[in-house]
Parts: sequence; C-alpha cells; structure tokens
Amino acid sequence: MSIDLSQFFEVFFEESLEGLDAMEAELLNLEPGNEDMETINTIFRAAHSIKGGSGTFGFTSVSDFTHVLETLLDQIRDGQRALTAEHVNLLLKSVDCLRGMLAALQAEQEPDLTEADEIRKRFEVILGMAEQSSSDSQTTAESLSENTYQIDFKPHPHLFKTGNEPLYMISELAELGELETQAFYDAIPDIDSLHAEECFLAWRFFLTTSKPESAISEIFEWVEDDADIEIVVCGGLFETDLTDDSDASIENTPHVKQDDARPAEESQVSVSQPTKTTQAGPAASNNAKKPEPKKSSDSSATSIRVGIDKVDSLINMVGELVITQAMLSQIGEQEITESTITALQEGLAQLAHNTRDLQENVMRIRMLPISFVFSRFPRLVRDTSQKLNKQVELKLLGEQTELDKTVMEKISDPMVHLVRNSLDHGLETPEQRVAAGKDPVGTVTLNAFHQGGNIVIEIMDDGQGLNTDKIRSKAIANGLIQETDELSADEINELIFMPGFSTADEVSDISGRGVGMDVVRRNIQALNGSVEVASAPGVGSTFTIRLPLTLAILDGQLVKVAQHTYIIPLISIVESLQIDISKVSRVGKDLDVLRLRDEYIPILRLYDIFNHDGAIEELDKTLLVVVKSDNHKVGLLVDDLLAQQQVVIKSLEANYQKVDGISGATILGDGRVSLIIDISGLIKLSGLKRPGSQELIVEQKAVGAA
Amino acid sequence: MSDQVEHNQQLILEGQHDENQYLTFMMAGEEYGMNILAVQEIRGWEDVTTIPNSPKFVKGAINLRGTIVPIIDLRLRFGIAENEYGPLTVVIVVAVEINGQNKVMGIVVDAVSDVYSISEEQAKDVPDFQDSDNAEFVHGLVNVGEKMVVLLNLESVLNLE
Repeated sequence: MSIDLSQFFEVFFEESLEGLDAMEAELLNLEPGNEDMETINTIFRAAHSIKGGSGTFGFTSVSDFTHVLETLLDQIRDGQRALTAEHVNLLLKSVDCLRGMLAALQAEQEPDLTEADEIRKRFEVILGMAEQSSSDSQTTAESLSENTYQIDFKPHPHLFKTGNEPLYMISELAELGELETQAFYDAIPDIDSLHAEECFLAWRFFLTTSKPESAISEIFEWVEDDADIEIVVCGGLFETDLTDDSDASIENTPHVKQDDARPAEESQVSVSQPTKTTQAGPAASNNAKKPEPKKSSDSSATSIRVGIDKVDSLINMVGELVITQAMLSQIGEQEITESTITALQEGLAQLAHNTRDLQENVMRIRMLPISFVFSRFPRLVRDTSQKLNKQVELKLLGEQTELDKTVMEKISDPMVHLVRNSLDHGLETPEQRVAAGKDPVGTVTLNAFHQGGNIVIEIMDDGQGLNTDKIRSKAIANGLIQETDELSADEINELIFMPGFSTADEVSDISGRGVGMDVVRRNIQALNGSVEVASAPGVGSTFTIRLPLTLAILDGQLVKVAQHTYIIPLISIVESLQIDISKVSRVGKDLDVLRLRDEYIPILRLYDIFNHDGAIEELDKTLLVVVKSDNHKVGLLVDDLLAQQQVVIKSLEANYQKVDGISGATILGDGRVSLIIDISGLIKLSGLKRPGSQELIVEQKAVGAA
Repeated sequence: MSDQVEHNQQLILEGQHDENQYLTFMMAGEEYGMNILAVQEIRGWEDVTTIPNSPKFVKGAINLRGTIVPIIDLRLRFGIAENEYGPLTVVIVVAVEINGQNKVMGIVVDAVSDVYSISEEQAKDVPDFQDSDNAEFVHGLVNVGEKMVVLLNLESVLNLE
C-alpha cells in the first residue's frame, strides 16, 4: 500500500517555487492600508498549498514555517488584523527563506533553519500581540498534562476519489501519541452493491497525547469537507480510571489560559523590540550566504511547461507531415513520367514547407515569454531602492516577447547586473534629481522586443548618464588608453566593457562586487549576442542587449575561402560589396583599410587568419563582407558568397576543443561539415585591437590625415 | 588428450580473468594495438573539413550521423612521414575519456590488422625512448607469436592540450 512519494518531489518543488513566485509578485502589488482582498487570497492560497504539499511529503520544516505565515495571512484576510508594511517585508523575507529551504531540500540537504526560526519568531511576536500568546500558553498548559481525545472520523463515500488515504492519517495520528483505533464496518453494504471505489468505513480513535487539539485537526484539514469529524476531549476507552484526571485537565485549561494570557502578552511585547533590532544583522548576512545552495539546484531544474496549444499545433504539423510522406511514397511507387516528376517536385516543396513549420513549432516549445526573467526585477528594484534611499519606478514593456529557455536562463544574471548598475550608479538620489529639475522618482525601464530574428532587450534609466570624464581618467589610470588619445563620448562609454576597467573604488553592496561589465559582455557574447551602451549626461543611459532567439539554429551566409566553406551569422552582416580598390589604403605593416562612405573599415583577410592556401588575394577580385560586432565594423575578405540558409548549430568543442575565431560547426545539405565564424573571436585572432584601444584609433587617424 | 582439454580450459578461464582484447592496425610497417572497448566503428577515409589553425595532425572534422568528429592522423601525431591516403586507409572512430569528458574522435591509420587477446602481464614496460614525446603515447609492448605489437595509450594520444 505504500507509494513511493519521491517521484512527486520534483513536481512539488516546481509547484512550490511557482507558488512562491506568485506570492512574491502579489506581495509587491500589496499596498498596506489599501489592500485588495483578491491579492491577499492569492497569497494565502499559495502559502496554503505549499504548506499542504510539504506536509504530505514530510517536509515538516517547510510546513511548520508556512503555518505561521498562513495564520497571519488568514487573520488579515478575515479583517482581524490590518496589513502593515512590516508584514509585507516579513512575508517577502519568508518567501526568500522558503526558497532557500526548498532549494536545500531539492538538493537533498537538510535546510538551514536558523533564518527560518528567526523569521518565525518574528511572526509569532506579531501574532502574539493579539492572540498567539494565549494559544501559546494553551500549548504550554496542555503539554504539562496529557489529554485523551476521542476522535470520530466518518468519511463520506467519495473520500477515495479526492485522493485521500485514511491510512496515512491514522499513522500520522499515531505519531502524535498513543493511539487506539476502532473501525466501524456496519455501513458496508452487501457484496452486490459494494463499490470498491467508495469508502464505507468509519473510525473512532482514542488518542492520548500532549499535543494540542489543533495538531489533530490539522491532520484532518484536507478531508474536512469530505468527512464528518468530531474531536472531543475525554477519557480513554480502555482506561476509564483516567477520565477523572483528564476531565480535571479540561477544566483547568481555560483557567490557565486566562491567567497566563496577560502576562505572556506583556512579556512578549516587551521582548519584541530587541528581537527586531537584533534581527536585521543576521538576516542580512544570511541573505549573502544564501546563493550557494541555490546554485547547485539550478542545474537540476530542467523541465519546462508547455502550453497545450503549442502541443496541439505540433500534432497538427506531424499529421500533415505524415500525409506528405504518404503522398511522396505513393509517387515513388508509380512509374516515372513527366507528370510524376512534377508531382514529386510539388510534394518535395510541401515537405520542405512542413519541415520548416515543424521546426519552427518545435523551437517554439522552448520559447518562454521574457516575463519569466522580468518578474524578478520588481523585487530587486524594491529592495535595492530601499537600500539606496532612492525612489524608483520600474516599467516593464514587452513582457510577452518570447525567448529560448536556455538563452533566458543565461541572460538573467547579466541583466540583474545591468539593472543594479542603473539603480546604483545611474539614478541620482531624490535630492539630486529635484536639484536637477527632474521628477524625484527615477524610472528604470525594461523593454523587450523582436527585431529581425533577434530579441532586443533595453535597460533604460533616466539618471545622470555615464560620467565620461571619470571613465576617461580611470581608463588612463588603468593603462587602457593614453592621456593623449582623443576619444569620442561613445568610444569612452565603450571602455566600461573593457576587461581591467575596474570600478574598485566604487564597490558597494549593490554593484561593483567584482563582476565587471566585461563579464556581462562576455556572457552575452557567449550567447552570440552583443551589448551596447548609449548615454547622454543628465538624461540617462540605455543598455541594449541583442540576442539570437535561439541557440540551436542560426541564419547563415555561406562564404567561400579557397576551397573551404564558412558560415557567417547573418545577423552580424551589415553589407557585402565589391571593393573599390581606389578607396583602399594601407596602414602600418599589413593592414588595409577601406574607406566606405565616411567610415574606415579594416579589411581582415580570412584566408590569412585561417592560414588557407589557394585563396584569391587580389582585393579587386574578391568580395568584402562588412560585419559588425559590438559596435565595431570590420570587413572580411572572402572569395565568393554562396547561399544563405538556416543552419543547425553543432558543438565543435564537444569532441574537439575551442577553436579561436570559430563559434561552432554545422552540417550542410551535402552532409559536409562547415564551420561558423565567431566575429568577435576573429577580430581578436586577427590581432586587430578592439575599439577604444589606442592602436586602431591611431591608425585610423593616420588614414584620416593622409 | 584429456590433459590437453584441461589445459585449454584453464587457458580459457585465465583468459576470462584478466585478458583484454586489442584491435591492431598497421602504421609504417609496425603493428599497433588499442583496447577494443574504445573502438566505436571503422570507416573508410572520407574528405574532411579543415579546422583552421589546428595542429598538423588534426586533419579536420567529419559529420558522423549528426555529430562533429575530429579526425587525427596518427602518422603525423607520431611524427612519421605522411602517407598518401588510399583505399585501405581507414578511420577508427574511438570514444575516450579525456579530462573527465567523453570525446569521440577518428584516427587515420594505414590499415586495420587483427584482434588479439592480451593479458595485462604480457605487456612489457616501455623501453626508454629517445624521444619522450612519443613515449607517453605507448602503454606497453607485447609479443604475439613472432610479431611485436605496440599497445597505445589512447588517452594521451588524443589529448590535444
């Protein structure tokens, strides 16, 4: 009869974490004094199901903790207690705490309960001001003497259909204390009308326990509506002589309750102040500790929820594919004539269409709305702005923009970093804002939208903008540029992405903790994306992240270099052109620069960088593919442009190793392997210095002077 | 007669204990062996896609049913003169664990030869090579009849770092 519950653990964790997310989102919507009942109900329901689930699976640490939370919410819901900002803060803290506990349980570790106990104590203090103290004293009073309860449990016939199992409840009861059980089977009909799915049994339990009555009713909480339950204090069935004692204890209990209630209340009120002040320290330090267990569990959560409509459309596609396949095989069986060839061609065209549709739909399964990432920012902005004493409004736009799940998971950390930067360094304090004639409330806007096969995420703030003077002097101090370099404002702003551009003297709790902008850029580049910054002093700054929709497929331009075929990602190509030899100048030893309109484009000879023989070397006989990477344009010299096609990205690293200038491989229509060029890696490989560094700029200036 | 049977059975039993099977192949007139459990398949030589700036012994990559598999020329890896690839030239596809990662790679050899059962004790220690680079590639030497077979240490042959 035992069921292995562990198989449901994953589902429980997933649902609980979703519940916590919902709780957090709703909590942030709550305005003390003006709370919406529906919002509180949602929070309550989420807490309730986490409690129920954790109880079922035996995670008592979680269910005990949620219980106090639920009690408070219940009182607020019933109007017995007004919601205060302190409640919201505490509830948010407990959401964090629960996340930590769940993460630890998921990693099959014993959760660290110190934080939970602290929060729980604070909850109890809050609850204690009104009522909890009395029930506390009740507990203590009752724990002094053991009581025997008579519990009549008469399930309705449909009990089993609700998924409840009396046996579990009985064994749970038995854990509370000494249990005697009587089963009544008079209600069982004769064999003809007996339904195996219905419950005809009833029980009477005598439980001798030191636990309060609430512990018993909690066990039956889930079947309240599906059974008649009666719990009364009485003497044991078989030990009648005990009755007198226990009767006395019933009589005593109310007295004790009344007597103890007041002093307990007072003492706890007086205790509450110091607890609160001491709490702030350890709670904050716990926050810093928490990410460690969280990380380990992240890797295990790999399932996704897919909308049923997406699955339905997939099934449709597969159906069409089967039909096309049947049609093609029918043609294949016929004798080959002119007309069958036409039919065959039509069929193949249809097959191509089906395949593409199917591919798009399968990809869409991995797509989730970006709100999954955005949803963590209201909390972050709230906490951070409180810490910084800044007033911030967060605007979220384009939350429904869909993005590949793997991309989503990897983009969230860089985004957190950028948003924190905006809050910490971008936005001014309310006083500064008022002095600058701005609204004291700063705005941070997250915007996501699709743009030609890419997703673009913008992080905008209306703060002071990047301080170009400061960046410049810091870059000079760090040896990234020379004192004499003349850089445009944009070029200076680019410097913040340079490795070694440390903001060490600005380290705060919020940002500048070692993870520099170069790491942000590197993480985004690892996703084949790019990040740019635009800033205007006094108006604000905008970070623009551009990412491919998916990591699995890429639109590529096939190019020929000697006898080799390479693929250039279409998204990085600006234009392709024939070189006008008169506009090419040679700079330094062997760098050619093409003057294109009002820009100078360095020409990178692919055959040279990749060490291939037999390529066309004369500039006027080749083609130049102008590509852009991180705001920096270069021209790649190729022999010829071939087809454009979608390619499936395969890992070259899996069986080999990282190759500089190559981001991956793919398999072409003829079964051959072709390598995909990694533009920023290629620029690095070519020895061409990145923008902002002195070498390229000096060279460009030399050209400009010439 | 019955003694002979008994002896044979004993041999078989011994064989079951600590013998490994080795696939051997020819390269520049010498016979080399590798543990057969590492071998996934044997293919004919096909054109590869060059990987830019790779070491000379990495011929390139092929598409093995959707996986990109690098191909390594064992002659060049050992510093032996390159051979024209002919109809007998084969690629042995092996799976090895390198630095904790499972990698599938192809090895170009002159020709595949035989499969022997060789016990660990039979393998003799490697004599001191002059050229220590290749010494790490060799797991041991073993005599099979009149011939000598060089047992390879695939992990170090295929470790490109």
